Amino acid sequence: MHRLARMWDSDIAYSFRRSPVAVIAAVVALVIIAAAVLAPWIAPYNPFDSRSLNLMDGFSRPMEPNAFTGNVYWLGTDNQGRDIFSTILYGARISLFVGFSAVVFAMVLGIGLGLLAGWRGGWVDSLLMRIADVQLSFPSILIALLIFGVARGFIPPSMREEVAIWVLIVSIGLSDWVQYARVVRGATMVEKNKEYVQAARVIGVHPARIVVKHILPNVTGPVLVIGTIGLALAIIAEATLSFLGVGVPPTQPSLGTLIRIGQQYLFSGEWWILLFPSIALLALALSVNLLGDWLRDALNPRLK
Amino acid sequence: MPETTEPLLSVRDLMVEFPTRRGILRAIDRVSFDIAEGEVLGMVGESGAGKSLTGAAIIGLLEPPGRIAGGEIRLKGQRIDNLPAAGMRRIRGKRIGMVFQDPLTSLNPLYTVARQLVETIRTHMDVTDHEARERAIALLDRVGIPAARRRLDDYPHHFSGGMRQRVVIALALAAEPELVIADEPTTALDVSVQSQIIDLLKEICAERGAAVMLITHDMGVIAETADRVAVLYAGRLAEVGKVADVITNAEHPYTHGLMGSIPTLTQETDRLVQIPGAMPRLNAIPPGCAFNPRCDRAFARCLIERPDLIERPGGRQVACWLYDEAQEVAHG
Amino acid sequence: MLAYIIRRLLQSVIVMLVVAFVAFALFRFVGDPINSMVGQETSIADREALRTQLGLNDPFLIQFANFIGRAAQGDFGISYRLQQPVMELILSRLPATLELALVSGLAAFVFGVGFGVYTALNRRGWISNAIMTTSLIGVSLPTFLIGVLLIWVFAVELQWLPSFGRGETVDMGPWRTGFLTPSGRASIILPAITLGLYQMTLIMRLVRAEMLEVLRTDYIKFARARGLSNRAIHFGHALKNTLVPVITITGLQLGSIIAFSIITETVFQWPGVGALFIRSVQFVDVPVMAAYLMMIALVFVVINLVVDLLYYAVDPRLRVDRSATRH
Repeated sequence: MHRLARMWDSDIAYSFRRSPVAVIAAVVALVIIAAAVLAPWIAPYNPFDSRSLNLMDGFSRPMEPNAFTGNVYWLGTDNQGRDIFSTILYGARISLFVGFSAVVFAMVLGIGLGLLAGWRGGWVDSLLMRIADVQLSFPSILIALLIFGVARGFIPPSMREEVAIWVLIVSIGLSDWVQYARVVRGATMVEKNKEYVQAARVIGVHPARIVVKHILPNVTGPVLVIGTIGLALAIIAEATLSFLGVGVPPTQPSLGTLIRIGQQYLFSGEWWILLFPSIALLALALSVNLLGDWLRDALNPRLK
Repeated sequence: MPETTEPLLSVRDLMVEFPTRRGILRAIDRVSFDIAEGEVLGMVGESGAGKSLTGAAIIGLLEPPGRIAGGEIRLKGQRIDNLPAAGMRRIRGKRIGMVFQDPLTSLNPLYTVARQLVETIRTHMDVTDHEARERAIALLDRVGIPAARRRLDDYPHHFSGGMRQRVVIALALAAEPELVIADEPTTALDVSVQSQIIDLLKEICAERGAAVMLITHDMGVIAETADRVAVLYAGRLAEVGKVADVITNAEHPYTHGLMGSIPTLTQETDRLVQIPGAMPRLNAIPPGCAFNPRCDRAFARCLIERPDLIERPGGRQVACWLYDEAQEVAHG
Repeated sequence: MLAYIIRRLLQSVIVMLVVAFVAFALFRFVGDPINSMVGQETSIADREALRTQLGLNDPFLIQFANFIGRAAQGDFGISYRLQQPVMELILSRLPATLELALVSGLAAFVFGVGFGVYTALNRRGWISNAIMTTSLIGVSLPTFLIGVLLIWVFAVELQWLPSFGRGETVDMGPWRTGFLTPSGRASIILPAITLGLYQMTLIMRLVRAEMLEVLRTDYIKFARARGLSNRAIHFGHALKNTLVPVITITGLQLGSIIAFSIITETVFQWPGVGALFIRSVQFVDVPVMAAYLMMIALVFVVINLVVDLLYYAVDPRLRVDRSATRH
């Protein structure tokens, strides 16, 4: 409790409370995250269970009883009879799961490689930084697509559906590790040359301890900022890949998949298939982005 | 000697304020002084005393949120502190010029010296491109750039520090202003070059009959170059007078302390006199005389009332209760 | 200067070789080319014969060398999916992508610089605030969503513009252009906006930040002290100094545009190289993937080189011979 009180009084919390944008963004993000996590319990239907779908329920308008079945859906249904509201919840769930996992993956990979490069220096460092530079000059969507394509080539078609999510996570994560590596590498190099570290090494303290005790605390701030913005980017990446048809499998639609379906039926007037998932995606990405922006300003010592 | 001719620059009760979240900070608090035509006035004071701000206020380049909150600034009798932007722009360069501290950053690295000079000349004078170039070459020559015609089309980074400051001086004087404000013109330069630049500035301004307001924290430079000196402390004037007078016989206790800190070859003492304490921050100026906490001659009145500039013989002015006639009578 | 160019060229070649290696590895290890080319009934002996004939049993390095040799001549084999030479496929669809990239890149630059300068010079004011807020949303909107929403508003509801395709095109020799017909010009508007919006936002924020920095410098202060007009200061001095770093970054963004065309082309069914690539990923059509990869790498490398040289030409400080201070 004491710790919580101190946190609330800290500079960061103060800056948070003073910024209405940050508060609103945090609230929106939390609401969406909570709804997504609790999806199995609060969604009226399960859109992933293909057996429960009834094609006759398809194309129901929001809040109007279906002509065939008489069911009422808050936000209408899509072409296969999936309740849009439930699908948004479940879809957001997948998006968030993929997003968080990809960020964690990228963080672990990036921090690991950054530590390696910073600590070892020499050719290891040069090589890793070269790779990082080259990768940075390519847009991440391309890299994700490439990895996805390669993975697909290796995995037999029968297994593709099950593994799809993991392939997604790995490809998005692999396209995004560089920033973490850079930050950690820089911090490692700075700390490595300090006297107390050199002294510790002479005594025989294991490098891992030095890393955990001294280097990692220094990078939590920047890593957190990169992570938050990275989360927004990962969510957008997953939505994009799903929209393109190379993301989540069609039986487990995420927000991107819904939008693609929505586009197909625009001309025939079923606008709700497009509108609601779009709003959900925008709200999610925007709130996370704003949080990341605020976090970066709050942690930036120069702006104080 | 009574001044019968109108001064070139006349500053009366100038006040410069900075609105901040915690209230209004007054950086310049009722400062008044004159600069006569062709004279060199040194403005001296510690870092943060407000010297640069005074210069910026005169030429109208105060950075927002700073602003002139009161007082008058007159150039040859005409008020310039309340001019609209366009009017002030006509004054800058043409009637008042300014030289900044760092020659490295004062020049646009992407443009040749020629371009920057010609642009300035043609902004204020109706001359052709060719004439402007010729004037530019003459200017460079005068400020001591060797092979001026060839070097005209060089870029700033082709010049050394001292040379660059000469170019800056040429630029500041290109439109033949009547007053040149020099804000620490030699602080960023090599010691070996400093006196050359100061001498150049003084000579070239004397030639053109331009007055100079020399802003610096270096009392030695003032001693060598200025005719009169104004001592600024915590945004207020402490003392104004002829350089020779002030140096040999400083009246304000602060000025006295400053003089003690100038090293001279003939100095008998074996350590520099330091004034104990530090200049107060702008939001913590004591009531009464700003210097009273550090003054060893302070008495009761100094703690309550702020002294205005008191006229003294020989054109001197001191802001110190020690010199108030009524006080002198009481003190004997 | 010459040494610098040679060094950069060498670096570029190395990068291309690395990418070629990756592309080649794709070929070798992903999927089995033989299986994609022959039917189920072909005997094992025949497959082996085909293998040897295609050189698939040769040592790795020889295959790599052959690959590079063929790639240099533009021969990437046959697409698994469409049974056509890959190079032909790519070249026939390249004009569509390039026209789109050009229009959106140009628009992004012009509007980005324009808005950036405006919001830097008019920091208060509701127009600037509105622009900045919209830019924030622009960064959070995925490209595909922008495209879909634009289609909804302008093609479905207002019916002002077409919702997919290139419209009518005209063949000018090997180049199929959409600029010469009204429907072609109308068709490129929405995709160009979609593709360029993100870039425009980036450029705008960059220009604004740079210009604000520049306006704080001493040389701008000195210029003001010399009485130069606002126009001379803002558009003469400040703008030029702002644009130097902006041009480099914009040039590097050009490569991104070509990559992002993948998404836009899918949304608008634009018959370009990006759409081709997506199909190839879906169907694991390795030759096309490899060829696209090499092509993108080439584009990036060339752009990087050009931008570096441009920087050199614009900033006189770099012309003084410097040894190792470039990166």
